[in-house]
Amino acid sequence: MAREYETVIGLEVHVELATKTKIFCGCTTAFGGAPNTHTCPVCTGMPGSLPVLNKQVVEYAMAVGLATNCNITRHCKFDRKNYFYPDNPQNYQISQLYLPICRDGYVEIETEEGSKRVGIHEIHMEEDAGKLIHDEDTNCSLVDYNRSGVPLIEIVSEPDMRSAEEVIAYLEKLRLIIQYLGASDCKLQEGSMRADVNLSVREVGAKEYGTRTEMKNLNSFRAIARAIAGERSRQIALLEAGEAVIQETRRWDDAKETSYAMRSKEDAQDYRYFPDPDLTPVYISDAWIEEVKGRQPELRTEKMKRYKEEFDIPDYDIEIITGSKHMADIFEACVAICNQPKKVSNWLMVETLRLLKEKEMDPEDIRFSPENLAKLIGLTEQKVINSTVAKEVFEVMFDSDVDPEKYVEEKGLRTVNDEGALRKTIEEVIAANPQSVEDYKNGKDKAIGFLVGQTMKAMKGKADPASVNALLKELLNS
Amino acid sequence: MANIIDDATIDYVGILAKLALSDEEKEQAKKDMGRMLDYIDKLGELDTEGVEPMTHLFPVQNVFREDVVTNGDDRDSMLKNAPGEKNGMFVVPKTIG
Amino acid sequence: MNILDYTAVELSDRIKKGEIKVAEAVEAVFARIDEQEETLNCYITLEKEKALARAGEVQKQIDEGTLTGPLAGVPFAIKDNLCTEGIRTTCASKILSNFVPAYSAEAVANLERAGAVIIGKTNMDEFAMGSTTETSYFGDTRNPKDTEHVPGGSSGGSAAAVAAGECFAALGSDTGGSIRQPASHCGVVGMKPTYGTVSRYGLVAYASSLDQIGPLTKDVTDCAAVLEAIASHDAKDSTSMMREDTDFTLALVKDVKGMRIGIPKDYFTEGLDSEVKEAVLAAAKVLEAQGAVLEEFDLSLVEYAIPAYYTIAMAEASSNLERFDGVKYGYRTEDAKDLHAMYKKSRSEGFGAEVKRRIMLGSFVLSSGYYDAYYLKALKAKALIKKAFDHAFAKYDLILGPVAPTTAPKLGESLSDPLKMYLSDIYTIAVNLAGLPAISVPCGEDKKGLPIGLQLIGDCFAEKKLIQAAYTYEQCKEGN
Repeated sequence: MAREYETVIGLEVHVELATKTKIFCGCTTAFGGAPNTHTCPVCTGMPGSLPVLNKQVVEYAMAVGLATNCNITRHCKFDRKNYFYPDNPQNYQISQLYLPICRDGYVEIETEEGSKRVGIHEIHMEEDAGKLIHDEDTNCSLVDYNRSGVPLIEIVSEPDMRSAEEVIAYLEKLRLIIQYLGASDCKLQEGSMRADVNLSVREVGAKEYGTRTEMKNLNSFRAIARAIAGERSRQIALLEAGEAVIQETRRWDDAKETSYAMRSKEDAQDYRYFPDPDLTPVYISDAWIEEVKGRQPELRTEKMKRYKEEFDIPDYDIEIITGSKHMADIFEACVAICNQPKKVSNWLMVETLRLLKEKEMDPEDIRFSPENLAKLIGLTEQKVINSTVAKEVFEVMFDSDVDPEKYVEEKGLRTVNDEGALRKTIEEVIAANPQSVEDYKNGKDKAIGFLVGQTMKAMKGKADPASVNALLKELLNS
Repeated sequence: MANIIDDATIDYVGILAKLALSDEEKEQAKKDMGRMLDYIDKLGELDTEGVEPMTHLFPVQNVFREDVVTNGDDRDSMLKNAPGEKNGMFVVPKTIG
Repeated sequence: MNILDYTAVELSDRIKKGEIKVAEAVEAVFARIDEQEETLNCYITLEKEKALARAGEVQKQIDEGTLTGPLAGVPFAIKDNLCTEGIRTTCASKILSNFVPAYSAEAVANLERAGAVIIGKTNMDEFAMGSTTETSYFGDTRNPKDTEHVPGGSSGGSAAAVAAGECFAALGSDTGGSIRQPASHCGVVGMKPTYGTVSRYGLVAYASSLDQIGPLTKDVTDCAAVLEAIASHDAKDSTSMMREDTDFTLALVKDVKGMRIGIPKDYFTEGLDSEVKEAVLAAAKVLEAQGAVLEEFDLSLVEYAIPAYYTIAMAEASSNLERFDGVKYGYRTEDAKDLHAMYKKSRSEGFGAEVKRRIMLGSFVLSSGYYDAYYLKALKAKALIKKAFDHAFAKYDLILGPVAPTTAPKLGESLSDPLKMYLSDIYTIAVNLAGLPAISVPCGEDKKGLPIGLQLIGDCFAEKKLIQAAYTYEQCKEGN
């Protein structure tokens, strides 16, 4: 009989914090600068440079720890993790091994069998590495230290997950918590959230864990799901063949749907951690914890509850809108301006979701401003434009956040409410389509639809269809 | 000599420290390291039961920077000493992966 | 009187009175350098043109009355492990032989704000690892008192330059005695301040928890003036201390009445040269004659300071020196097939033997399985040593002893036996482990005419007591 296996998964999640500056120097963390333009002696490892800790990093790490039910380490320290690689300018990374800032927390996830706790072993603060780019012309690598020293927290879970679904539920939960705290935007594709998967398999019922491997380079939920399936099969195949799983780090190649070992004889994996003598310890008092707690913004469950009380919109809409901090922010800002929660929710639930899906974007990528959405809603309310035109304008706004009022004026999309002009156009349409007029008079009601269409076409869409219909009937019946 | 450093250890330390030693240097390093370790072993005589390791001399803590950008673009200075530079980046031999 | 015979403070005084031009002082120094440098090799890099240009600026500020401090216009030498903007900074190593920093060390910047003129960068043991200035990639420095002997180290170039009149004062760094010991061997004053008193920003780190920058000068007055100029709280160095008592020149007072001075018996045992011992005890008598109260005591743990020190220093050094890899600056091997070969070859070709020895041992004591036995144990020993000093300073204002067991050794005598060289640091390194301030003051010569140094050690932040006692001794010693 075939043996049954259980997958045991723990996650190491790296999150780039949303600070303005790097963890140990006053360089900007902004994305998109030309290579090495966001660097200084500290983050390029120049001789004689020294690190000074960014206070905001500690507060973000504390906030995430508190929101994930962790104990805050009152006396924490930084350690050096020594390894040579060109993206690591000092050839040691400043991290925390011995006294990480948070320990022993958990988050609740929803699974098919109900709610489940995933333990958090620890959260520690550390610095990000630079970026290596391959140069085809010279077959060399090029190093850009703009990301070097960007603050990270690493959230290390317990090996509590048993499937890809649980892993993704856990990641989504973490992402929401962190986004709501404003501690990071947590974009997997852009690397501001990265997950390494520690996976082992064991026979169902076994007490001991199997030997685990660590998989890196997973930059989408799909890649994570596929890598888990792939690694599970690989380990089971090894065990079935009577071979042993080797504890190692493997790199997932999502295009080839396979992983390979990253070992080299030059990598000893002996990081020689020791307390960094250039940094002083961090002491976190009760008062400081209370202060950070006090500043904690409204989290998702609180927000959902409030929406239910304040806005008359369906539960499903609340679920979707609060499922992204960014979307919820737009919703609230827009409602604050136009006071039309139902209309705002509608635009988000229908047109926004449609375009996001079509363009394969995340809610985090929404670029239009709440001000402009409010203006668009105002334009339709005041019947300045009709709903068809409004959808067209929205598409443009979705892409480039144009001001809908200006856009409608520039493009001349205003609904024509001048009855004289409309009457004149309808008279021309009636004159040009005697057959349809005849059909209508003979009781073919469908003919009126054709005549409305012709009128809208002649008005270049800028008429209110209800008014066209009424006036047409009046003229035909007279 | 109480501490005998073997070839494997010297090679391992060479990987950690990123140093390539000639055979002659290796032999010397084995002797030097063994002798130094014998000497350091003297610390074993000290009773340090219950003593906290002293990583920092003074009880100074919470030395922070505020989260304010203070540095501008100083790329030319950072790259000025680079052994290899291209397109505003540091050139290194090809990395794996 | 020859310009070069003035102390730094005297020179600045003459300059401010208009009797001497800054440029004249710089020219006088370079004339001396031209005469002696070929023999002594105090400097790695000399910047005559820059110094003269700077002399002009400083002169202008003095004439305008905007520069009035005690060091305005004084030509200084800077140890080559302190970064100097636009001036090559090598740490006496091949691996940094072409490195020109874009920033100055905070101590150097402070000195320039006080009106100093930097004339060059002094020779040292490579990365400050050594006690003789013989491990420099740029050749050894000779002791100006006897060129067959070493000047001590690692700040040997700075000490020799001050002693030889090749500058008026210098900065050095002291991780285990690297200011005090060469000062002693060359017959000048050298001081290691309390850890955190002078910013380490821009000091190329050897062992971060032990390194401190300090002055090497012709006398105690200069020493106090220089320390006052370079001490500052620096937001760029997290370990920099906020101190309000940095007006050290106020301590230049001839008075030790009632000062309690402890003499550790453990510092006067086997291994201490008898001539050194006599000179140091004679110096103690001078202080006693001025009203100080001497008492012998057991400091204890002295023999554990060296193994604890070398474990901590080498471990930190192995990590601090990882950044020298041929990627961002400095030497890169010509022949690099792949990344790891580039690392290994650049570092093996770029570092000298002593640096490699310490990096290897440091990497080993931090490696998996040895961390607790070696590194943690050393940190615990450090805690005990600090406690022993706390105990002593509960009873005494100062501790008095020798700086080094012997006068300056002959060239080539030390390097053949590294362990023996390490042991010669026995009287200086405990001070670094405990973060204490200590000063080395000339207290005589041996029969060969080689200088002997007296070491005074203070409790943390007690620089003023040190300066007061050292000044009193200097004023009252034989010949004054």
